[in-house]
Amino acid sequence: MTTGTIPSDPILSVERLSVDFQIAGEWTPAVKDVSFSVAKGEVVALVGESGSGKSVSSMSVLGLLAPNARRHDSIRFGGTEMLGLGEEALRAIRGRRIAMIFQEPMTALNPVYTIGEQIIEAIQCHEPVPAAEARARTLELLKKVGIPEPERRIHSYPHQLSGGQRQRAMIAMAISGSPEVIIADEPTTALDVTVQAEILELLRRLREDLGSAVVIITHDMGVVADLADRVVVMRQGEVVEEAPVARLFSEPRHEYTRKLLAAVPRQEPGGHAEPDAATTGAGGGATLRVADLEVEYPGRLGRKGFKAVHGVSFTIGKGRVLGLVGESGSGKSTIGRAMVGLVRASAGTIEICGQDVTSLRPKELRGLRRKYSMVFQDPGSSLNPRLSIGDSIAAPMIVNRYADRRAVHERVLNLLDQVELPTSWADRFPHELSGGQRQRVGIARALALDPELLIADEPTSALDVSVQATVLRLFQELQDRLGFSCLFISHDLGVVELLSHDVAVLQHGRLVESGPARDVLRDPRTEYTRRLIAAAPVPDPVEQAERRRLWRETAR
Amino acid sequence: MATAPESLAQALPGTPLVKGAGRKSFLKRMVANRRTSIAGAFLLLVAIVAMFAPLIAPYDYRDIVGRPLTSGGPLGIDDFGRDVLSRLLIGLRTSLAVALSAVAVAGVIGVALGLVAGYVGRWVSTIIMRGIDVLLSFPPIVLAIAVVAILGPALVNVVLVIGVLYIPRFTRIVYSQVLSIRSMEYVEASEIMGTKPADILVKTILPNVAAPIIVQLSLSVSFAIQMEAGLSFLGLGAQPPLPSLGTMVGAGRDFLEVQPTLLIYPSVLIILVVLALNVFGDGMRDLLDPRHRT
Repeated sequence: MTTGTIPSDPILSVERLSVDFQIAGEWTPAVKDVSFSVAKGEVVALVGESGSGKSVSSMSVLGLLAPNARRHDSIRFGGTEMLGLGEEALRAIRGRRIAMIFQEPMTALNPVYTIGEQIIEAIQCHEPVPAAEARARTLELLKKVGIPEPERRIHSYPHQLSGGQRQRAMIAMAISGSPEVIIADEPTTALDVTVQAEILELLRRLREDLGSAVVIITHDMGVVADLADRVVVMRQGEVVEEAPVARLFSEPRHEYTRKLLAAVPRQEPGGHAEPDAATTGAGGGATLRVADLEVEYPGRLGRKGFKAVHGVSFTIGKGRVLGLVGESGSGKSTIGRAMVGLVRASAGTIEICGQDVTSLRPKELRGLRRKYSMVFQDPGSSLNPRLSIGDSIAAPMIVNRYADRRAVHERVLNLLDQVELPTSWADRFPHELSGGQRQRVGIARALALDPELLIADEPTSALDVSVQATVLRLFQELQDRLGFSCLFISHDLGVVELLSHDVAVLQHGRLVESGPARDVLRDPRTEYTRRLIAAAPVPDPVEQAERRRLWRETAR
Repeated sequence: MATAPESLAQALPGTPLVKGAGRKSFLKRMVANRRTSIAGAFLLLVAIVAMFAPLIAPYDYRDIVGRPLTSGGPLGIDDFGRDVLSRLLIGLRTSLAVALSAVAVAGVIGVALGLVAGYVGRWVSTIIMRGIDVLLSFPPIVLAIAVVAILGPALVNVVLVIGVLYIPRFTRIVYSQVLSIRSMEYVEASEIMGTKPADILVKTILPNVAAPIIVQLSLSVSFAIQMEAGLSFLGLGAQPPLPSLGTMVGAGRDFLEVQPTLLIYPSVLIILVVLALNVFGDGMRDLLDPRHRT
């Protein structure tokens, strides 16, 4: 069902595309009856949650599907029917006329060749040009995608570049043949927000320079608002809505689109209500007090170690939530891990409920263990696959001899109930649960001993946006009701603003700014925070255009 | 294999599926997997026969019961006039006892070393893993011959030699698995809640590396049976008149033209047991993994 307007001269049009996979002898549909098209110089975004068929639809354009797939109806590219084209004919189109940018540049680039060699190969495989010319063109491409010192970087191997630079190299390779269509599959998902903003800016510029059509696949509504002209919303292999970007955000027609938009945590005034003075026990001591914390990872065999955290200090009052934000490599996870003793602090003190845990011996620590716990990032690996979820939740109580069997069992059921899972699920195993459900179990386990302090390390970043919304709501409710203090680590400013009372911003292992959430996020005092906030795309095309302007200013 | 669900189930008597129902469905699933259940039934039969061999055997394996190399008795008479069936049963018992004890030695030491090396890391793992490399660099048969030649041809020595030689198989598999599992968040979760390192190793990590260990166990038993057979064939294992499958193959070789069954029976028995062990091991790996439960 296409309701959107078909542009006048689509260069690539997908019509009533269906893709089925043969699994155990049966044909299972992955994409049903999908139609969309993209014109020269236009950016079309395919959005949807995992399993919506957005990647499958775009991969099938170039015939990059597993051999057990079948496609039917039509994909037309500049007047040619792509379905039924032979390998030879496809090869002439792939890379040269339709290029692909992948999500993870580390695995998409070959680690044993320099990026120069790889780009030169990409050029020469479509055009028999002399080596010197191919090299000259490669340098030009590297300059075009904004890699500094192309003369030097042309000899770099993928692992010697940062994530953003790798993605730039990947894009340089993709545009080496001046393609008419660029398909970008989650091109910024693996990157930090500030780097993401740069890559999106680059894509926008390339579209203007080359006039290529861009199909961008993403789950991030902020990216959509930032870059797309038209949006195709997919769910379970079907297109549910197609609309120009402004209309999609201002008046979404389909129920699902509305749900998707509502689920995105927004940075908006309000944030997390202050805890009652009653629960905080006004003036009661801080639950967590960190002073001059330093963490150094030891180097190997006489080499110098790596200092991940440089003299960080902060406190979390009773019943308050501190959001710790920063880019990857800023040391925010290291700080969280130091709190719970997974890494050793090389200097400074960490006081939990008034006791310095850095100087305690393991025996003395035992009594304190029940005061803190942790919620992890990856729902796939945070639960022991060999234990039923009931046993997983019971484990901290059994280890710390919390109560007798019957009481433990009752507590498990009670906790399942609190995280809104059926109590009858205690016998299920983690692989029978979805990611969001597993994360609920992780929260239940963390709450088992009624901790005073919870460390949450990106607990929702691996979840789909609508699932994230429900888990965040649950988390907020539990925090309000149980009144535990929390160190909430996240790279997502929207999530942090939603949950935190206070915010601390981390850069290269140093605290650059901290204070009440509203002050820091609404009226940042440091350049870095301002840039971080401006870089995060918001799901609103009008506001995002304004932010982009701001970001360009701060980036300069 | 003691798995963690069982150990924790004692603390949670109310959870039904974990112990009782879990075991029942395990048996059901095993029966549903035909290859595994046939192999398992065969191995069970072999184990029972081997255990009660002295009672089942129609004659004492040392007694002379008829004219040499004739077809008297159920499976014939060997070159010394002894009953072949009785000797086959006792030989099976000897071979299995040697192979199982050797693999038990290798499994216990090898798994323990692998767990410690993988979990503690640093210099401990360096020392353990380099030691394993040294062990691996010996040519096994030559070492076995040398050791048995020095210590004397006794079954205990064969057990020790095979046991020590097979340690690396377990250590290396466990070590590599532990390395990937120890950084899993559920292991860190156990550390945070204050679980003792030994408990983490045995209750959290071990069950998660159990699948490859089980496969390796069954494979190793089959290799150990063959190795014992080889050493006995060379006269370094079981000493006459005690038979093992290997010595029977060795002795039967001389009468290949007169009475080939002397060679064929023990050989076929070795092949069947080894095959059954391999099939059974593969099946167990799938059955023990809760992720494969449907």
